[in-house]
Amino acid sequence: MAEVLVLVDHLEGKVRKTTAELLTIARRLGEPSAVFVGTGFDAAKETLARFGAEKVYRVESPEVLEHLVVPQAELLAQLVSDKAPAAVLLPSSPEGKEIAARLAVKTESGLITDAVDVQAADGGVATTQSVFAGSYTVSATVTKGTPIVAVKPNSATPEEAAGAAADEVLDFIPSDAAKGARITESKPKQASGRPELTEAAIVVSGGRGTAGDFSKVEEFADSLGAAVGASRAAVDAGWYPHTSQVGQTGKQVSPQLYVACGISGAIQHRAGMQTSKTIVAVNKDNEAPIFELVDFGVVGDLFTVLPQATEAIKAAKD
Amino acid sequence: MNIVVCVKYVPDAQAERTFNASDNTTDRENVDGLLSELDEYAVEEALKIVEAGEGEVTVLTVGPDAAADAIKKALQMGAAKGVHVNDDAIHGSDAVATSLVLAEAIKKLGDVDLVVTGMASTDGTMGVVPAMLAERLGLPAVTYASELTVEGTTATIRRDGDASTQTITATLPALVSVTDQINEPRYPSFKGIMAAKKKPVESWSLADLGVDASQVGLDAAWTKVDSFSARPPRTQGEIVADEGDGGAKLAAFLTERKFV
Repeated sequence: MAEVLVLVDHLEGKVRKTTAELLTIARRLGEPSAVFVGTGFDAAKETLARFGAEKVYRVESPEVLEHLVVPQAELLAQLVSDKAPAAVLLPSSPEGKEIAARLAVKTESGLITDAVDVQAADGGVATTQSVFAGSYTVSATVTKGTPIVAVKPNSATPEEAAGAAADEVLDFIPSDAAKGARITESKPKQASGRPELTEAAIVVSGGRGTAGDFSKVEEFADSLGAAVGASRAAVDAGWYPHTSQVGQTGKQVSPQLYVACGISGAIQHRAGMQTSKTIVAVNKDNEAPIFELVDFGVVGDLFTVLPQATEAIKAAKD
Repeated sequence: MNIVVCVKYVPDAQAERTFNASDNTTDRENVDGLLSELDEYAVEEALKIVEAGEGEVTVLTVGPDAAADAIKKALQMGAAKGVHVNDDAIHGSDAVATSLVLAEAIKKLGDVDLVVTGMASTDGTMGVVPAMLAERLGLPAVTYASELTVEGTTATIRRDGDASTQTITATLPALVSVTDQINEPRYPSFKGIMAAKKKPVESWSLADLGVDASQVGLDAAWTKVDSFSARPPRTQGEIVADEGDGGAKLAAFLTERKFV
C-alpha cells in the first residue's frame, strides 16, 4: 500500500486537532506517514500513533523552522521523490498552503487548497471545495504528479486507529537557497484558553453592536465553550485582534454553530461564516442582512439578550 | 529601487460569481470586475516605499482584455507604468501556470529589487501564487506582512500569527506579500486619474515571454474542476423579537439543538 505523507501541525510537540483529521483522511488513501519537524516528538508520538500514523519521519534541526517554509518544502519534495506517496496532505493554514505551493512547483504536481473533503477515487484522490464565499461546491482532482492537498479544519471527524508510529530521524540539511528568509524574533501570544477559531465547534462573534465592549459576547461564548470571533468593523475599530477576524479578509470558519452578535452581516463577513451548519444572530436591527441566513434570530439588544441566555445556559449545565 | 506589484482583475465579490458551464472555469466575462481589493494594499505599500526614497513602481497583471482596468486603478494610485500579459491561450490557467507567466514577465522586466503582492486573490483565495512566484524566481519570500520596512538591501516584516507575532527578514531581491492590515490604500486623486492616462502600459503575449501555449491554459492545468454546483440558499428560520425573554428563547433553541 502506498504511503500518504501528512505534515504534522504542532507547537513543540502539542499536536493540533487538524493533524488527527489529516491522519484520518490519509487512512482512506493509503498508509499514513507523518512528517514531524521540530522539537517535542516524545510528546507527539502517542497522538500520532493513536490516529493511525504507521511511520513518522523526523527532522529536528532548529534551522529548518527558523527559515520558515522553504526548508520544509525541500524536505517534503525529497520525501515525494524517495517514497512515491499516493498524496501529500497539509493543513490549509497560511503556512501550510505556502509549503504546499512551493512543493507543487518543486515536484511538478497539482495542488488543491481549502479542501473540505478528500476521498479515494479511481486510483486517485477526489476533493471537494467550497468556493465563492461558500456559494458553490466544487469537485476537483489533481491531474499531474503527486496530489498535494491542503485541507481545512473540521473537514473530517478524527477516528482513532492504532498505528505503529515507527520513527526515523532523517538526515536533512536545507540548501543555502532555502535560507533566504529568517525569523529574527518571535513573541508568543497569550493563550486565551478558548478553542482555536478555525477549529472550534462553536464560534460566537461580536461586531459594531458591541460598541467596543465584548464582555457579554465573551461570557456567552464561555458558557458554550466557544471560540470568540470579531467582524471587520470591530477589528478595524481596534476592539479585537485581527487574528480573530471572521470574514473575507480574515478567517473563514465553518463550525457546527455560529452566533453573530451585533453584526449586520455584510458580504465581507458572510464570506467568512455562511457555510456554518447552524447560524444564529442577535441584532437590534430587524432588517440586518444577517437575519436572511439564520436558523434562529433574536431582534434585540445583545447587552440584555446575551446575559439572559448565558444565565439560562449555565443553569441548564448545573 | 525597482518594485513590481502583481495585481489581479477579479469578479466583484459583492456581485454573483459563477462558473462557465462550457469548461468549468470561473466566469470572468459576464461579470463586473475590478482590481482585487487585497492587491490595493500591495500597490499602496510599494508607493509608500518609493515615495520615501527613490524608485519606481511597475504594476503587472495577467488577464483578459478587461484586466486593463486593474492596471488603470494602480496607475491612478501612482504606479509609474503597467505591463499587461494578455493572451487567449492563458484562459483556464491554474495557479501554477499563472505563476509561470508572472515569473517570465518579471524576468523580462529585469533588474527588480522587490516584488510585492497581496496575500491572496479575492476570487480563487488560494494564496499560493506569491510562494510559487518566489519559488520560480529563486527569491526569498516574506509573506503575510502587516508591517514592512526596507533598509538598504534588507526587508523586514512583522507578521501577526495566531500563536505569535514574528519579525522576519530577507535580503533583497525578495518577494513580500502584504495583508490588509498593513496600510490604508489611497483613493486616486483627480490629479492621479488624469496623470494615469499618459502613463505607459505595455501589452505582452506569451510569445513575447518565450512561453509556449502548451505550458498554460485549461489543458495544461495540473488540477481540474470536475463539477460544480450552486449551494442551495439557506432558508430563514425563526426570528423572535426580544420582549424581555429573548435570551431565554435563545438558550432554549440552543438546548433543543443540543449545543448545550
